[in-house]
Amino acid sequence: MGTGFSLYGRAQLDRENVVKRILATGLAAAAIACVPAVAQEGGNAERGKRLFTEDGCYQCHGYQGQGGGAGPRIAPRPATSGIQYIRKPTGVMPPYTVNALPDKDLADIRAFLGTIKAPPPVKSIPLLNQ
Amino acid sequence: MQSQNGDPRSAAKPRKTTVGRRNFLKSAGAGAAALVTGSTAAEAQQQQQVAQATRPTTPLMTKEAEGVTPTDIRVLENQRPGSDFMVDVIKSLGFEYVCANPGSSFRSLHESLLNYGGNKSPEFITCCHEESSVAMAHGYFKIEGKPLLVLAHGTVGLQHASMAIYNAWCDRVPLFIVLGNTLDLTLRRPGAEWAHSVQDAAAMVRDYVKWDDSPTSLQHFSESAVRAYKTAMTVPRAPVLLVADLGLQEGGVKDEKALHIPKTILPTYPAGDAEAIADTARILVNADFPVIVADRCARTPNGIKLLLELAELLQAAVIDPGIRMNFPSRHPLNQTERRNAALANADVVLGLELGDFWGTVNNYQDVLVRHSTPITKPGTKMISITSGDLFIHSNYQDFQRLPEVDIAIAADAEETLPSLIEACRKLVTGDRKRAYEARGKKLADARLAALASARDEATYAWDASPVSTARMAAEIWNVIKDEDWSLLSDTEHFSRWPLRLWDFTKHHQYIGGQGGAGIGYGAPAAAGAALANRKYGRLSVTIQDDGDLMYAPGILWTTAHHKIPLLSVMHNNRGYHQELMHVQRVANEHQRGVANITAGLTINNPPIDYAAVAKGMGVFSRGPIVNPNDLGPALRAAVDVVKKGEPALIDVVTQPR
Repeated sequence: MGTGFSLYGRAQLDRENVVKRILATGLAAAAIACVPAVAQEGGNAERGKRLFTEDGCYQCHGYQGQGGGAGPRIAPRPATSGIQYIRKPTGVMPPYTVNALPDKDLADIRAFLGTIKAPPPVKSIPLLNQ
Repeated sequence: MQSQNGDPRSAAKPRKTTVGRRNFLKSAGAGAAALVTGSTAAEAQQQQQVAQATRPTTPLMTKEAEGVTPTDIRVLENQRPGSDFMVDVIKSLGFEYVCANPGSSFRSLHESLLNYGGNKSPEFITCCHEESSVAMAHGYFKIEGKPLLVLAHGTVGLQHASMAIYNAWCDRVPLFIVLGNTLDLTLRRPGAEWAHSVQDAAAMVRDYVKWDDSPTSLQHFSESAVRAYKTAMTVPRAPVLLVADLGLQEGGVKDEKALHIPKTILPTYPAGDAEAIADTARILVNADFPVIVADRCARTPNGIKLLLELAELLQAAVIDPGIRMNFPSRHPLNQTERRNAALANADVVLGLELGDFWGTVNNYQDVLVRHSTPITKPGTKMISITSGDLFIHSNYQDFQRLPEVDIAIAADAEETLPSLIEACRKLVTGDRKRAYEARGKKLADARLAALASARDEATYAWDASPVSTARMAAEIWNVIKDEDWSLLSDTEHFSRWPLRLWDFTKHHQYIGGQGGAGIGYGAPAAAGAALANRKYGRLSVTIQDDGDLMYAPGILWTTAHHKIPLLSVMHNNRGYHQELMHVQRVANEHQRGVANITAGLTINNPPIDYAAVAKGMGVFSRGPIVNPNDLGPALRAAVDVVKKGEPALIDVVTQPR
């Protein structure tokens, strides 16, 4: 008979593992070396913001890259998402090949994520302390 | 003459008085002899020819037809309709409410419930869709612990209801559904009543109900109703279905003394085998890191107490996946937030009414070449206690992969816990207690860290517009935390924020989701659960998916009409977001990108103004709210309304997840 299952895999309950997997593979560091020149020079953040929505990044990561049940937080530290990881993810993330998301677009998205400011500390938000 | 039970179909001889409603219409129109029932085939053929020859040439119920004085208008005299007796049976089962969209195939039962039954126990709840009727019953049960009655047409009504029945089947929730049907073709009005009649009404849903019957006499109805109720309430619990034939409903009760309503004595719950429990206790007590996964374990508030007792005795990690309220969310042993880390460390996994044991201990990758890897270490002992082993059906595949467990106890988990606790207690030594204390300390630290992490994550996009789901959850918690609250929605679609941030301690504070992942459940199930909560004075709140509400939004009117106090907070991400992500996945796998995939997946252009929809249904509303700072005041206003006994809806334009 019945069961309780997530409709989108178990990403929601695997947050700790997903993040660990990304970090353990060293992709965060490797990604920086793989970022195309345009990204290293800083892409077009405004265009990146638009692409972030058009290319569906927001669907799992939220409009500000804050993460959620379907995907980890990727802002304001975009490096943790890793270019290589995006091209060939090992977890539940669907792969974005260069055909689906060119390097230039990726650099612009990365630039957008870099503009997102750090949130206020937990202690400053009473609603999160009850 | 008519049969003892009042069923004209089984009368020994033809008799005009048994013709009933059909006779009235035809005789009124034609002033001719009416059809008779119970005749031989030759007589029936002859009568049919007569009836055809005298068929009225003017439409029935026209001004002209109504001007003709009927020769044999009939009313029931000196006997009551069979549907009155059906109401006696229904009342004996203790239903509080009956949910239905009206249908002519149960019109007599409907009338008897109102005029004979006094519209009390059960009281009629007007639903705008049979799917809503069933989902209300689904939600109601998860609060009240007993079924309510659902009525539907045996054909079109059941077709509407079928998805909701499937959800309840998957969620192990008993429903008691009575279908109207006209089996005897001579009793069917030409036209719609033929379309609304069926040879085997239950066939359509037989794969996902536990038992059904089509009684052919009133006594048959009585016995089968009691059997159906007992069957539904016996674990594993599931929907049942009974057909109330229209001939039985509308025919008179000839011999009251021949009718009897059996006592309804529910079976006890099956407890686990003593030897298997002893083996389980030995393994648990000696384990280095036992993990308990409680799924549909706590049937009652006592289930939570028992699970607490077992977990604290062993200082074992507990995972509560969110199907029911099994374990306090902030308890130090609650390791749900680090579920896979706990499972990876486990040397014993105890599944309590765990619907998907295999899926719990394996990591399944939804990628182009699907594959899985075990989460647990090789050699980890797996023990299952579930009544799910006692009954399955074959066609629908909701039973999941077969888990390779070491001990399978086919029993009710809550009923088995006392003996398991006792068996464990006898085996715990001083050395083990010291080891448990050390383990418990680590788990408590991990739980605190997980809560701190959740709160930290909630700060991201705190001031964003659309409103973050974390902010929405925190704002709701702020206005309900000091009330006797009850969350009536699943949390998967908004990152489980309530389960991560709120302090769940009571059984009625969480009821899980659909069961079968059938959308359209959320709003009516919340309404049904809120209906159950009403008499306890609880503050019912649901976080309502937009796509779910649009299946049958008429449920809003039902809550207003029946004054069901329910706070609905819209998670309005303006899309079928789950499906959007699925299509995104395959678009990327096909290397085509996602720029063109929104068709069929979004609910926008125009965006739906849910506050206006609610207002139109008579429900207090605010929104759409796009500024997170506007949410708190709107929620406070809505809570005031709900506490006065009315429904309220706050439309929040949200982040996707």
